[in-house]
Amino acid sequence: MDAKFLQAVIIRAFILLAVLAAIILAIDPTRGLGKVSLYNHLFPGRERFPYGENPQRSYNMTMNDLDAMFASHAVAQDKTDDEFRVFVFGDSSVWGTLLGNDETLTGQLNQQGIETCDGKKVVFYNLGYPTISLQKDALLLNRTLAYQPDLILWPLTLEAFSGMNPATSPLLDINREEVNRLFPSAKNEDQEKMSFLDRVQAQRRGLADWFRYQIYGVLWAATGIDQDLSQSWEPAQRDFEPDSTFNGRDQFDLAAELDFTPLSTGIDLAGNTPVWLVNEPILVSRGENNQLRYNFFYPRWAYDAFREAMQAKAESEGWTYFDLWDVIPEGEFTNSAIHLTAAGEKLLSYRIAEKMQTTLGCQ
Amino acid sequence: MAIQNILIFSVLILLYRLLLKNMPRGWFMLVVSCLSVFWLQPALPIRYLDFWLPVTTLAVTIFSWAVTTPPETRDFKASLPTFLAIAGIILLMGLTRLLSLTGLIAPSRPPQLIQITIALGGIALVFWLLARPKRIIPVLLIGSIISLIALLVILKFPPLTTWISAQLRLLAGQAAALASPLDIRWLGFSYIAFRLIHTIRDRQSGKLPVVALQEYVNYVIFFPAVTAGPIDRLERFIADLRKPSPLDSKQFLDGGQRLAVGMFKKFVLADALALIALNAGNATQITSGGWTWVLLYAFAFQIYLDFSGYTDIAIGLGRWLGINLPENFNHPYLKPNLTQFWNNWHMTLTQWFRAYYFNPVTRAMRGSKKPLPAWFILFFTQVTTMVLIGMWHGITWSFIIWGLWQGIGLFVQNRYSEWARPRTASISSRPGWGKALAGLNILLTFNYLALGWVWFTIPDPYLAAAVLGRLFGA
Repeated sequence: MDAKFLQAVIIRAFILLAVLAAIILAIDPTRGLGKVSLYNHLFPGRERFPYGENPQRSYNMTMNDLDAMFASHAVAQDKTDDEFRVFVFGDSSVWGTLLGNDETLTGQLNQQGIETCDGKKVVFYNLGYPTISLQKDALLLNRTLAYQPDLILWPLTLEAFSGMNPATSPLLDINREEVNRLFPSAKNEDQEKMSFLDRVQAQRRGLADWFRYQIYGVLWAATGIDQDLSQSWEPAQRDFEPDSTFNGRDQFDLAAELDFTPLSTGIDLAGNTPVWLVNEPILVSRGENNQLRYNFFYPRWAYDAFREAMQAKAESEGWTYFDLWDVIPEGEFTNSAIHLTAAGEKLLSYRIAEKMQTTLGCQ
Repeated sequence: MAIQNILIFSVLILLYRLLLKNMPRGWFMLVVSCLSVFWLQPALPIRYLDFWLPVTTLAVTIFSWAVTTPPETRDFKASLPTFLAIAGIILLMGLTRLLSLTGLIAPSRPPQLIQITIALGGIALVFWLLARPKRIIPVLLIGSIISLIALLVILKFPPLTTWISAQLRLLAGQAAALASPLDIRWLGFSYIAFRLIHTIRDRQSGKLPVVALQEYVNYVIFFPAVTAGPIDRLERFIADLRKPSPLDSKQFLDGGQRLAVGMFKKFVLADALALIALNAGNATQITSGGWTWVLLYAFAFQIYLDFSGYTDIAIGLGRWLGINLPENFNHPYLKPNLTQFWNNWHMTLTQWFRAYYFNPVTRAMRGSKKPLPAWFILFFTQVTTMVLIGMWHGITWSFIIWGLWQGIGLFVQNRYSEWARPRTASISSRPGWGKALAGLNILLTFNYLALGWVWFTIPDPYLAAAVLGRLFGA
């Protein structure tokens, strides 16, 4: 074969590839593509956001494209006239780690068949996502307003506040532009820098993820499974070392460091839609050194300070706030100090339903 | 073969074609093929087994050459460089133990060099002993076939594979209790064994052409086809190999197109369908018959696109080297009956079975002293052929039932066609009706095949039966 011929073929192939890559990068089809979804059309909408560490078993996968996440969620379906929509945000405890859809908080709430005073059916939507961050919750809340919520339920915990949890949510990193718009004061210039190759790679990954996620819709529709429930898990820690530090620090002025901005931003964004804040239940251990710590996450002094500060802030701001931190018995937690068993979720759902009946004024 | 293997093979071939034009093609193929049997071999939990299995592949291949080559044409002087090259590659692979190259070419750390040297000595001794006789020894040929079939049975029959794995684990000083059939995954041996049996059977019948050791090794372990076929015939392969074949632009583009199509089929379509294809895991989770059909169809297309994609890749790479590997698939799902399907699905495997099982058995039954009814001969040969094809995939109840499904289907279709042909001739001749009838037949055939895949993809026959029931609303 003529070397010149091969050379010409290779050069042309590279030019074509480069041109195609440049066009795709310029157009960024992933932006518009996320809104296109087979869910809610060919397949039923998902009952919780896509998240899965083992896609082949859970028929679900972690997506960071908010458009695609919402387009696949049952919340994207048109609201009916007799529907009263309650959007429930939060972390993995709301999303329902180790729980089937009917066992999650929203699943259990929906089973109670709650109706409003004017006879509308109260439908709870699971908009939790398995990372702990109020900023992330506010980011999702901002997007959900288009889906006409009538009430927003926002379970939270101390670690969800900025600076109280060393882990970051990838959802925030990937959607940095939108996060910066919501929280201009928290803008981090370093996180905005992304090399050309990183952008190309992220775009390819986005396209591939979107494609795979649509395909998994078949198995979601066929099985109703969106989480691998067969996985084995370690029970949450009950016995502790004599350690009273919180994120490596001891006895500091926690209340002064709590940043309530995401909560106020979220409540402002919700406008006329009522927002109910709920301090979600935590495991209150009766094991070794329980006089120092409630659980693996929280030493008593820090958590007590948080509860006090949260209550005071809610009162001063006129927020609707329910402190349900200790309503679940120790035995109803699974692999973490905030993950409940199905029975635990049921118990919590009764408590929330009770609050709803009281607050909405219906008997 | 993973996508990176294919890309590296492509680059190697093109570099050879451009930069090493003066290097004989056979030598290039030999070196790359020998390295490939190590490189593509999956890593195994039994210590050093993923080194010894490729060595055994090479040893069995050269032994088969010695057994099948007539003494008067066995040119040891001419074969010595090939033998030494193979031994050198094995030693080279062993040397990677000292160079921290583990995982780069060899799947895991090779054994000590002294062990490898002793093994090479043993291989040389056996090779010499097999090549000593002054004539072809029929019993050696029969023994070789039996040995190859025995090896296939060991690899395909899970209880036996587990037992052998346990023995090997004990030998290696590992826990026998952890033995599993997956411990002995031998790269491409199903195909290699069938190529070897083909040469031995053709030697028995005197049809095998005389080939040099290098040609023989290249035929058996030709790297584009070593993992997933096709199963070429030796005489066809060496005809291409002996023909001077400089890579021209047409051949390059044809091969490249085939390669691209194959990669798209395998890595885009088949791998996407694999996410939702019916399997033992999701079969118990599906909640409705309708979705079960969807997953079953996904499997039907996944297995076709996966397999035919690999064939396209092999054919494309082969073309770049001037080897026109045989076609393996010809739009099989568009055939109007099972006979035509099996003439167009994994064609080289069915041709192999036709040549070495179906035809000889049919001839033997027809020629038997006590005449047997034609329908019985057809029934017996078709069913047993398909059961054997099933067992080639694995000696399990599921594959046996799948074989029965195909065999009985072929027989019934054959009988029905005989009965229906005169009755439907008038309908077929009407304008438009012929096409409609053909379309209906394609649909029926495809669905029969799809239902058959249930047995293929679900290892538990009871579960497979339950899935079949669910497909029909049970």
